[in-house]
Amino acid sequence: MTYFNIIIGSIFVNNIVLALFLGICPFLGVSSKVSTSVGMGAAVVFVMTLATLVTYLIQTLVLIPLSIGFMQTVVYILVIAALVQMVEIILKKISQPLYQALGIFLPLITTNCAVLGVALLVIKKNMPLADAMVYAVANAIGFTFALIVFAGLRERLALVDIPKPMRGAPIALITAGLLSLAFMGFAGLVK
Amino acid sequence: MNNLQVFTRGLVKENPIFVLLLGMCPTLAVSSSAFNGLGMGLAATFVLVCSNVVIALLKNLIPDKVRIPAFIVVIASFVTIVDLSMQAFTPALSESLGVFIPLIVVNCIILARAEAFASKNGVLGSLLDGLGMGLGFAIALTILGGIREILGDGKFFGFPLFGENPTTILLFILPPGAFIALGLVIAFVNKFVKKTA
Repeated sequence: MTYFNIIIGSIFVNNIVLALFLGICPFLGVSSKVSTSVGMGAAVVFVMTLATLVTYLIQTLVLIPLSIGFMQTVVYILVIAALVQMVEIILKKISQPLYQALGIFLPLITTNCAVLGVALLVIKKNMPLADAMVYAVANAIGFTFALIVFAGLRERLALVDIPKPMRGAPIALITAGLLSLAFMGFAGLVK
Repeated sequence: MNNLQVFTRGLVKENPIFVLLLGMCPTLAVSSSAFNGLGMGLAATFVLVCSNVVIALLKNLIPDKVRIPAFIVVIASFVTIVDLSMQAFTPALSESLGVFIPLIVVNCIILARAEAFASKNGVLGSLLDGLGMGLGFAIALTILGGIREILGDGKFFGFPLFGENPTTILLFILPPGAFIALGLVIAFVNKFVKKTA
């Protein structure tokens, strides 16, 4: 039941993009087409799960025993950057089709604050490892879900006549605001 | 380009939030009040100035191939300093900004200035560039935070503007209000500021 709560809570109630404001840059940047947002979403699911696992283990096995918790930010960002690079190299070697699909999105993920944000949040919330992993996967799915819904809206928005100063970022932000408002309807689904 | 232009450019003409659209995550997340916005803006300014200066000093020592990881380590070190100082001296602010303090490290503005300016220019120029961009970010966050606080809470920097229990638009301090307010402000900037600049 608690895992179910974590999953529904992170996908719908506290959606990582629309309620926690993590990963806004790729959310606004690569969401103009549904197909690219599916690719970006898949890459984020992959990296976020792996990054949360690795940083969690580093935190509990290295940083806390050595009491160098203040190195958290520096270590995490380096681990994520290295991990993304490694995933890219491995994918290129073992699965060419997957590399073709995710390749261009991988470098963008290093500076995706959603990945670092989730890694930091699971530590801040003192989650056990299993909860942390469920939380990471659920948030990655929540990110992908928001991205795809938003891309669907923007594909239609591209066909509409919009007043000149509102074109581009402003109308995208207001659309995101309305989407966020719609997601608030899920509040109360889980405690 | 002289030093004055380097400094003032970040304030209005190339304002990181309203014009360049960088650093959206902290912008939306911490702008629920003018005070939070100002706090985040000043923290980012400190990191931006320090990392710009250090990178300008080290630019000839860092091999070109590993420059991005090297920049990130420099930035992350200053972010850690800010994070720990805020926990020690302003615990309430640190609590309300939460995870967004360590996330300054992935704020695109800082890496963008390191890569685009500090790695190619001298120490004084980088200092002014960091200061200008940082203050531009802080001003934009304070304006956005102020608008949201006035509309959503009826206060400005915590002072009630409309007496006790005013009727306010609660939406503006909730997450959707962040998107809508920023969208409207950018549209306003597009219409009235960009044309004259």
